[in-house]
Amino acid sequence: MTEPACIVGIGETDYVRKPGSGMSALGIQLLAASRAIDDAGLTGKQIDGIMPFPNLGNAEAFAANLGCENLRFASIIHMGGAAPVASLRDAAAAVNSGAANYVLIPGGWNGYSGARVRQTVSQDVSSLPGGAIARDYYLPYGFTAPPQWYSVMARRHMHEFGTKPEQLGCIAVAMRRHAQLNPNAVMRGRAMTLEDYLASPMLADPYRFFDCCIETDGAAAVVVTSAERARDLGKHPVTIMAGAAGQPYPADEMTNRKDIFRTGLSLAAPEAFRKAGIEPSDVDFAQIYDCFTFEVLQQLEEIGFCERGEGGPFVEGGRIELGGELPVNTHGGLLSEAHVLGINHIVESVRQLRGDAGERQVRDAEIGVVTGWGDFGDGSIAILRR
Amino acid sequence: MSEDSRDYEHPLPELEGLTREFYDFCKQGTLHFQRCSSCRTWRHVPREMCAECGSWDWAWVASTGRGRIFSWTVVARALHPAFQDDTPYAPVIVEMDEGVRLLTQVTDVAPEALEIDMPVEVAFEAVTPEITLPRFRRAAS
Repeated sequence: MTEPACIVGIGETDYVRKPGSGMSALGIQLLAASRAIDDAGLTGKQIDGIMPFPNLGNAEAFAANLGCENLRFASIIHMGGAAPVASLRDAAAAVNSGAANYVLIPGGWNGYSGARVRQTVSQDVSSLPGGAIARDYYLPYGFTAPPQWYSVMARRHMHEFGTKPEQLGCIAVAMRRHAQLNPNAVMRGRAMTLEDYLASPMLADPYRFFDCCIETDGAAAVVVTSAERARDLGKHPVTIMAGAAGQPYPADEMTNRKDIFRTGLSLAAPEAFRKAGIEPSDVDFAQIYDCFTFEVLQQLEEIGFCERGEGGPFVEGGRIELGGELPVNTHGGLLSEAHVLGINHIVESVRQLRGDAGERQVRDAEIGVVTGWGDFGDGSIAILRR
Repeated sequence: MSEDSRDYEHPLPELEGLTREFYDFCKQGTLHFQRCSSCRTWRHVPREMCAECGSWDWAWVASTGRGRIFSWTVVARALHPAFQDDTPYAPVIVEMDEGVRLLTQVTDVAPEALEIDMPVEVAFEAVTPEITLPRFRRAAS
């Protein structure tokens, strides 16, 4: 079994919409990166590994600004929103193989004041591996953006398992409730009931507006090192018990999957739990990549928190809220904190496991799960321990 | 609504390689999919080789043009400027008799009347002098 690695630094910027961050797309990421490096008790000179988010930066530019004059490991995982958590796995491997000592995983964007998240693929088909297929076979029919792509899966789930809009609403409401306890959440101060959810207009039926993540400016970053170096830093390291990533089949075209609910996480989750030597029932909280509500439900099923088809009843009755059996997205998630590409999910996991989550602290949190979802259903997962 | 095809401003496929061949059949008014000459597996979108058996031998084979609705979404608010005036519209996944699925639209059924497993058949639309898109219409069951 490979030796575990640790997350020793976390950093975030303010998460904002109007009037925007006022920073460049690189600058805002550098701010989060600087804070993560500082949190770890390190300097830029000591960072010798960088794993930027795909299409949002290159390691060379980060290194030149942060003073990483000993950069040895630079790698980008092309899995969209699944990249940051997949990067945890590869950063752990890098620090344990000696390829790097300290790996920075940054990410962020001006997703509100700059190019909107929704436009990503139609503006640049090279931004995802299936981009040319989308251009030639999806875009001519107006199938142009993530909420449309994924809503066909949600409809199929409703057809096959009887999943209800009210159940998707329970997810949106839970995230919004958690955001009320998070000073950096964009939706703090804007409470939402299930009635509000059901009254929100359709965007891509069955997805309403409140099924969709918010578009925000912001950045976050984490620093990974070996368990040995983490001990020497004298900080409060969080252990990466296991990390795994996977892809649906085919990954570059989403309509011709024999089983459309078999996503990347369906492969990654069993691997991660096997490596960590724990069961889903051992988990104290889960930060699930919530680009849209149904993706949360679908990932909870594929991780094994419930059986496939049972996600609807599972998310009802406050089970996924703070105080429930499995608190999900205690920071408010992409739905109600900010869309920071899921790096904010890693940051929140670390905060919970350090016991630094304030009003929203999960009591006695010892083991947490964090996932990523990207492109046409790529998936990643990490199991973290206090 | 009549529309001069020269003014067609929606996104179009790039006619390169196998994608050009797929759309050239559409322009001739027939829907063809690749079929492996070795294990007989149908495939869409076009691929270089058979992922089932590894064979490089394949042929374009005519589809029945018939299938059933697998799923869809109803776009109430366009997220691409070219579709602003089209809402509400429904991108639909059709599962063909051959087993392959394709993303399309069903032209003669209102979005709220779509149903999973509804039988449909191909109905081509020449959107520009170069490009004909396969769309679908309701078929007898």
